[in-house]
Amino acid sequence: MVLIRKFEEAAAKAYSVGKIGGFLHLYIGQEAVGVGSIAALTPHDYIVSTYRDHGHALARGLHPNPLMAELFGKATGVSKGNGGSMHFFDKNAHFMGGHGIVGGHISLAAGIAFASKYKKEDSVTICFFGEGAANIGSFHEGLNLAAIWKLPVVFICENNHYAMGTPEYRALAVKDVSVRAYAYDMARDHIEGDEVRKVRDHVKVAVDRARRGEGPTLIEVSTYRFRGHSMSDPAKYRTKEELDAYKKKDPLMRARNELELGGIKPDVLDKLEIEIQTQIEEAYAFAEASPEPPLSQLHKYVYAEDK
Amino acid sequence: MAILTYREALNRAMVEEMEKDPLIYLMGEEVGHYQGAYKVSQGMLDKFGEERVIDTPISENGFAGIGVGSAMVGLRPIIEFMTWNFSLVAIDQIINSAAKMNYMSGGQFPMPIVFRGAGGAGGRLGAQHSQAFESWYAHCPGLKVVCPATPKDAYGLLKSSIRDNNPTIFIESEVLYGSKGEVPEQEYTIPLGLGEIKRKGTDITIVTWSRALSFAEEAASILEKEGISVEIVDLRSLRPLDENLIYESVKKTNRALVVEEGWPVAGFGAQISHLIQKNVFAYLDHPVERVTQMDVPMSYAANLERMSLPNANRVADTIREMLR
Ligand SMILES: Cc1ncc(C[n+]2csc(CCOP(=O)(O)OP(=O)(O)O)c2C)c(N)n1
Repeated sequence: MVLIRKFEEAAAKAYSVGKIGGFLHLYIGQEAVGVGSIAALTPHDYIVSTYRDHGHALARGLHPNPLMAELFGKATGVSKGNGGSMHFFDKNAHFMGGHGIVGGHISLAAGIAFASKYKKEDSVTICFFGEGAANIGSFHEGLNLAAIWKLPVVFICENNHYAMGTPEYRALAVKDVSVRAYAYDMARDHIEGDEVRKVRDHVKVAVDRARRGEGPTLIEVSTYRFRGHSMSDPAKYRTKEELDAYKKKDPLMRARNELELGGIKPDVLDKLEIEIQTQIEEAYAFAEASPEPPLSQLHKYVYAEDK
Repeated sequence: MAILTYREALNRAMVEEMEKDPLIYLMGEEVGHYQGAYKVSQGMLDKFGEERVIDTPISENGFAGIGVGSAMVGLRPIIEFMTWNFSLVAIDQIINSAAKMNYMSGGQFPMPIVFRGAGGAGGRLGAQHSQAFESWYAHCPGLKVVCPATPKDAYGLLKSSIRDNNPTIFIESEVLYGSKGEVPEQEYTIPLGLGEIKRKGTDITIVTWSRALSFAEEAASILEKEGISVEIVDLRSLRPLDENLIYESVKKTNRALVVEEGWPVAGFGAQISHLIQKNVFAYLDHPVERVTQMDVPMSYAANLERMSLPNANRVADTIREMLR
């Protein structure tokens, strides 16, 4: 979680001096959801993400260097510079992409799970999306198909209560996204997203259920983003009081408290944070020093190479 | 004359039309409380209230369908897509419902609806957020397709689109929102299907629209210093198309180059090229050429994006080649 936080703080800085372009959607505040969820997986499980994908990628164990390089648009990036912030992909890590069209990836996740079932592999797919995505056709169609075919997929709605400037109460007829599971006769769960271990334990139940062939689950995790929707959003639609209240429940603080209560000495944790900071500085330097993609790459990946 | 930005000109057009006709409403993601993702609808919620400036959830196919249904019974919706990339989620409603309603009902259901929003490529937004889609929509009969390049045109064309009884695809250039230009204070409209000569010249005709006009103008200025005189035809709308304006210009210059932001294959420039060779073939001293985006999805990397997009140098080089 600290790695994600520091990675994104560095990315925000790089963005403000123009080293990173395009949109940059930060995950700061939501770290416990990605980290907890992904901790419930094995390496052969699959992860499908949105444009807010940095945290999920790091939680999956992807090295910060190629991720930062991707943000810088460099050849050494996870998507070779073609993807940028919204489109991290790492096939080896079964990290099946950050996707930019809201909700479109929910059906893709069902498709990946379909393939696991088809090939009789026991991989489970988890799919992250915001509550805003729960209003789009692909969500409904993806969940219904996953349910009728009992696909091994877990749909994780990271409800941060805003889709850009739209608060959930103006977008969802039923505020609790997880109860939509009833419409598909699907298992459901609803948890608070500031406790990383709790997230892991709940997601694990759903992942196990999927792996046993008992079908998909819709989990809603309540969380909050501390920054605007993306770097260009001043987030004027919410109050400072609201933000401050959530910051008091910062999942990082919470995790640290738990660790300290569990007997880990503060200076051990401090040291760890310093190491992480160093790692981020290395990633930054790596990204800066990396070359841009060769111009010959322009036409390269439009079509796949012959087998 | 007032100096307005492109976005202000669009805003003024919508506000004036909505003041006149209570059947017009604006609907889309973040158009109200957030004041528009690109601030085109700034201030409109205060002016017209939530009944007429309507925020929607992210559900493009749904609210496009709401627009079409409401137009069937007499409302005059303006449906904003935050960007045209997301319109693809709604393309079924646009093409299978809106574009054909009047036709398949034997003229019973006119479709006075405007679909508008930000289009075009650039800004390092990557493959899913950086696309010029006018050729897709221009492909489909029943739609009108409008692509303004200046604040003055944006104002006049949007008013005409809102008053039109047909579904209009009104593609604004994301890159141009902040660009400034003179907009007459007096109310005016610009008929759909009327292009404009944006620059007079004698050696070659550039046919273009929307943001690509700026590449053409920059190239024309470069070439002027070399003694080459470029005429620029800004189509302003692709459907209907001001064919005669193109032909008259080509008859004078004997050469034509289409400059467009989108991909080349089956792009609208191919249609223009076909029309020119069919109708004024005898006047041509050179095959019609095109400068387009490269035939690849958009890369995020800065150097590849730069290489992929059309630009003034590519336009100038092509023209030098054509005049050799
Ligand atoms: C189909 C589509 N419509 C609109 C957008 C623009 N857009 C990008 S993110 C976003 C908000 C999404 O909110 P939510 O799903 O709650 O996820 P969060 O950003 O809160 O993580 C919008 C409207 C888009 N990318 N795709």
